[in-house]
Amino acid sequence: MNELHRELVNVPPVKLTVENVSKTFHVRRQTVRALENVSLTVQEGEFVCLVGPSGCGKTTLLNIIAGLEQPDSGRVLADGVPVTGPGRDRMVMFQESALFPWLDVLGNVMFGLKLKPNLRHAERREVAKFYLQLVGLEKFVDANIHELSGGMKQRVALARSLAPNPSVLLMDEPFGALDALTREQLYGDIQRIWEKRRKTIVFVTHNVREAACLGDRVMLFSPRPGRIREEFRVELPRPRDINSVELAKHTAEITRALKQHLSSAAEVAE
Amino acid sequence: MKRIAAVGGFFVVLILVWEALVRFGVWSPVLVPSPLSVVQYLVRAIADGSLGQAVLVTMRRLLLGYVVGVAAGLPLGLLNARFKFFQDTLGLIALGLQTLPSICWVPLALLWFGQTEAAMLFVVIMGTLWSVLIATDTGVRHVPPIYIRAARTMGSRRLHTWTRVILPASLPFVVSGMKQGWAFAWRSLMAAEVYVTILTGFGLGHLLHYGRELHAMDQVVAVMLVIIAIGLLADKALFSPWERFLHQRWGTAK
Ligand SMILES: Nc1ncnc2c1ncn2[C@@H]1O[C@H](COP(=O)(O)OP(=O)(O)OP(=O)(O)O)[C@@H](O)[C@H]1O
Ligand SMILES: [Mg+2]
Repeated sequence: MNELHRELVNVPPVKLTVENVSKTFHVRRQTVRALENVSLTVQEGEFVCLVGPSGCGKTTLLNIIAGLEQPDSGRVLADGVPVTGPGRDRMVMFQESALFPWLDVLGNVMFGLKLKPNLRHAERREVAKFYLQLVGLEKFVDANIHELSGGMKQRVALARSLAPNPSVLLMDEPFGALDALTREQLYGDIQRIWEKRRKTIVFVTHNVREAACLGDRVMLFSPRPGRIREEFRVELPRPRDINSVELAKHTAEITRALKQHLSSAAEVAE
Repeated sequence: MKRIAAVGGFFVVLILVWEALVRFGVWSPVLVPSPLSVVQYLVRAIADGSLGQAVLVTMRRLLLGYVVGVAAGLPLGLLNARFKFFQDTLGLIALGLQTLPSICWVPLALLWFGQTEAAMLFVVIMGTLWSVLIATDTGVRHVPPIYIRAARTMGSRRLHTWTRVILPASLPFVVSGMKQGWAFAWRSLMAAEVYVTILTGFGLGHLLHYGRELHAMDQVVAVMLVIIAIGLLADKALFSPWERFLHQRWGTAK
């Protein structure tokens, strides 16, 4: 699509392009084909969810988009520029907690801001506090990390990745370890923040319902080799309620497809 | 409050019993000085400045050697963790030398440097260096890679990552290594001072040594008490704040 065409049909520009990315790991004479020929485009401001069973390469793909790992073949473009390493425009929220225990909550959120040039210290504090407020933790600015609950930790991690104002947010099962109630709260939070800040989000999960609740699009992965099998569009008004009947329909449809792909993948493996 | 009173009472009774045992001739004052004579010695030695002078000499050696040992041990530990070559060479040497009680360096130090400050410094440095080096190395190896990845996505690179992520993340190890280094340095310095006369300054160890030579048991016991006091004080002043910080931040049990 050229620029003119874009203007005419009012399609937002492409933010991320994943082109034929493959990645193989070699561990003790075994080879794991974590990703095979994965292609994906994400538009600016889009919320894309990657769903698939454990070990199908979701984290690997996210790491490659983040620039933390290099693909064996294929490439990733961010704003049309090939990704060669990590960049502040693409922030990651990791599967396990990656908060720094030697810093307090504010220190953690400030970490990325301190690396941003042209900001005065007072401004950085201001920004950090703004994002802590956004995730509802303004009262815990001075808290130590180990004093927070699991849900609060993920909120801090969210604030930390939002603070440097990246255009892309890569989230790897950020709510995986949380109880259902806390998760529901966070679904609300993340939708609210996404509406407000208009980020491009790639969100990894193995929870189909979660994916349908959050995503504009849900990409279905199948394992060994990791591939994108199918794509679903979820066109429901926001904010979406994880317990709504409409959502359940989408969830059922995607789950059915997922099971089908899994059983056919199992046949291939045999 | 009750606890403090009980503890205070215990020590008062202990000293009184000690005094009584000496006074009634159960213990010979030639072998065990009375608490009173120990206090009298302390007052005298403080008044004539000999104790203060000895403490000064010893602390100067200790602190100087310790600072040098830490200043060398930290970067060498980082190099060790970073480069395989250093790990295979220096790492091996460090592992071997750490098992060597640092008092064993004294004969060598005397031959190299003579009966000088340099010899004392050398012994203190050897006591500190290897512990700090190995602890730093171990600490860096235990840093979860996820911290480094997270820092990289936030724009941290090379030197920044080393000073702002890897070093603080390995702090629990580094601090315990520094504490061990301090203990080794302190013990080996005392041993060296008792063992050899250094012409450039009389430290606490010498005071202890001459106490024995002169059969002045009050002096021997008094100097021992001073050495204990310095050890405790150093622990409180140097390491307690760090350990408190670590406990607080990492949430490790006391
Ligand atoms: N650094 C690595 N070294 C070797 N193998 C790896 C490495 N990282 C991933 N793999 C392998 O690649 C495959 C995909 O891993 P990945 O972590 O991307 O899965 P995932 O979809 O994120 O799974 P989960 O839902 O459990 O997090 C797995 O089989 C895994 O064993
Ligand atoms: Mg994963």
